[in-house]
Amino acid sequence: MKISIMAMIGQLSGGMLVTIEIFVATLLFSLPLGLIVAFGRMSRIKVIQWITKAYISIMRGTPLMLQLMVVYFGPFYIFGIRISTSYRLTATLIAFAINYAAYFAEIYRGGIESMPVGQYEAARLLGYSRVQTFFRIIFPQVIKRIMPSVTNEVITLVKDTSLAFAIAVAEMFTTAKMIASSQTSVIPLVAAGIFYYIFNLVVAVIMEGIEKKLNYYQ
Amino acid sequence: MSLLEMKHIKKSFDGFGVLEDISLTVEEGEVLAIIGPSGSGKSTLLRCATNLEAPDEGEIHYEGEYGLVFQNFNLFPHFSVIRNITDAPIKVQKRNKDEVFAEARALLQKMGLQDKENAYPYQLSGGQQQRVSIARALAMNPKILFFDEPTSALDPELTGEILKVIKDLAAEHMTMVIVTHEMNFARNVADHIIFMDKGVIAEQGTPDEVFGSDNTRMKEFLGKLSEEY
Repeated sequence: MKISIMAMIGQLSGGMLVTIEIFVATLLFSLPLGLIVAFGRMSRIKVIQWITKAYISIMRGTPLMLQLMVVYFGPFYIFGIRISTSYRLTATLIAFAINYAAYFAEIYRGGIESMPVGQYEAARLLGYSRVQTFFRIIFPQVIKRIMPSVTNEVITLVKDTSLAFAIAVAEMFTTAKMIASSQTSVIPLVAAGIFYYIFNLVVAVIMEGIEKKLNYYQ
Repeated sequence: MSLLEMKHIKKSFDGFGVLEDISLTVEEGEVLAIIGPSGSGKSTLLRCATNLEAPDEGEIHYEGEYGLVFQNFNLFPHFSVIRNITDAPIKVQKRNKDEVFAEARALLQKMGLQDKENAYPYQLSGGQQQRVSIARALAMNPKILFFDEPTSALDPELTGEILKVIKDLAAEHMTMVIVTHEMNFARNVADHIIFMDKGVIAEQGTPDEVFGSDNTRMKEFLGKLSEEY
């Protein structure tokens, strides 16, 4: 059955919302989680250092699509737990969060390690505790330093959300592909492409705005 | 009353002795200048005195709080001038906000920076940044203030303004320990001078005693300086 373009857009907008949901939730979880992983990576306790190092290495060294499948099918194959289709989106969010946390962890670490030791020494002489030193003195400056790298990751994330297709989550790409096959039309795919492009334009404008706001000091 | 007492301090890096059995005391109201060639251990001595470096051996006793003014200022670039000065007294010492701000403004006035309170460090000259860092250290009400070559990162025409600030503090009987390359300044402002060489105190005393000393290394050092400048 052929449907109108309006109906196509109606169906696509459902996928659009899921894509935005994956995007927002991934950032919400992976940004703080990445900081915790970065602390682990820089820990003085060797065991913690090794574990986080292995974790980052695996997350960055294997395809995100594969990680998605492991998180989705793993509970059934490994533990025999019956998985429901509603677990799909949850699995996607888990896989994205732990994958992006690994990338953000390395970005945080790079930023933290690039801070001049004099900032720590000045803070120490003024009596700031370790926690105060990090959150009042070091971290605000780290954010400014890492913004360009974070922007890169965020833009990649917009496009990576389409990988949820691998476990049939009804996000933008999955929906577009489905309509394209049933309607034997390329229009849904073009529409999806335009959506991702505009999404990223918006992201770029927002990130640029944040970078500008942080330019009040040098 | 002595505010700082260092006894038999030893420190080595990778087996290389940088400080060999250093002892010194700083009395209340005293200005101590530490001079000596590069690599003589004077900066390491200051870093041990301010707890940035732990000595391998020896004891250090303090009376009250101390502050440090760094060679390259180490201001917090993301804080405005006034916040650089007020943040630690408010957040660390938990003092009354209004009181701290009033004190900070008085300090800025004293440093001739009253119109810079909302500026950020990058907008200031090196000399202005160093004056802010002195104000930041003073805002903690330290009993003793350490200076690590406070003019070494500055253009020659800016060193004068910093030396004047230190001189004014000396006139107010602020207890200070100053590592410096400025010989004339050390001679004029210090009550006591320590000349360090190869990790030991090679000579010490009043400025007249030290500068008039027969110590060969001291003479060599002063001779070299007069050749250079």
